[in-house]
Amino acid sequence: MSKTKHTLLNQMKLELDSHSVNESFARAAVAAFAAQLDPTVEELTEIKTAVSEAVTNCIVHGYPACCGKITIWAGIYHGGQFRVWVKDRGVGIADIAQARQPLFTTLSEERAGLGFAVMESFMDRIKVRSKPGGGTTVTLEKEIRGRAQ
Amino acid sequence: MPVELRYEKCCLTALLSGEIDHHSAAFLRGEIDAALARLHPPLLCLDFDGVTFMDSSAVGLVMGRYKYLRGFDGALEVVNLSPAAYRMMRLSNLQSLAKLAQKQPEKREKVQP
Ligand SMILES: Nc1ncnc2c1ncn2[C@@H]1O[C@H](COP(=O)(O)OP(=O)(O)O)[C@@H](O)[C@H]1O
Ligand SMILES: [Mg+2]
Repeated sequence: MSKTKHTLLNQMKLELDSHSVNESFARAAVAAFAAQLDPTVEELTEIKTAVSEAVTNCIVHGYPACCGKITIWAGIYHGGQFRVWVKDRGVGIADIAQARQPLFTTLSEERAGLGFAVMESFMDRIKVRSKPGGGTTVTLEKEIRGRAQ
Repeated sequence: MPVELRYEKCCLTALLSGEIDHHSAAFLRGEIDAALARLHPPLLCLDFDGVTFMDSSAVGLVMGRYKYLRGFDGALEVVNLSPAAYRMMRLSNLQSLAKLAQKQPEKREKVQP
């Protein structure tokens, strides 16, 4: 891969309180930022959905007792590469491999256990960094081919 | 109103609209379950025609209603799913528990810019 491929062209950062009412704001903000890549309706839906999953996880799992800060960063790279990370400083995950299993959930209240499965299926790559007591950072990447294609 | 409930011919239909996420799912669950408790319908049809966005919280909502219906042998149907919504429902293997139907393509184009 050439060096220019990884050049960061534009970025944004956002900090929110972990209130569930902010879920729609967070995904809409990231989608609005991604819109400059001229994504297809389908690509935009996939980004919005993956971000919604990551942010919801910070709110319901990261800070179960409410409330903490959620940081969202998004970047656009040369060649249409889009990257987002969503970070909380909450309880963290002890077993990441188990957490990423489809249908696995630690909450009984009607969680489908599909958040990570959806992020994996809708984005090209996902990376999870977490430590019990040290919070969780989920990084999502997707190449936007866009409407021009 | 993010949900409109209709009961006719032994079928309770919930016309869902707007965005379904963890925040909005709680209200929808309350509305639908109140009607389920009152009517014990043989069939619940969740109509996603007016849904503009959903994440896996909507899958949790559907799974939860399926479990509720099982308590009195009710059946479940989920209709007018967008392609992304259909993909998410299938990730949970819902197609083996309920009838899933996608939105007609010509109907889809209308809502896309
Ligand atoms: N930000 C987070 N902080 C702590 N735990 C998390 C976080 N994100 C995910 N998890 C853990 O991973 C599990 C699986 O997450 P997910 O696939 O989104 O399913 P669900 O949210 O429906 O439980 C959660 O039940 C939780 O135990
Ligand atoms: Mg989740």
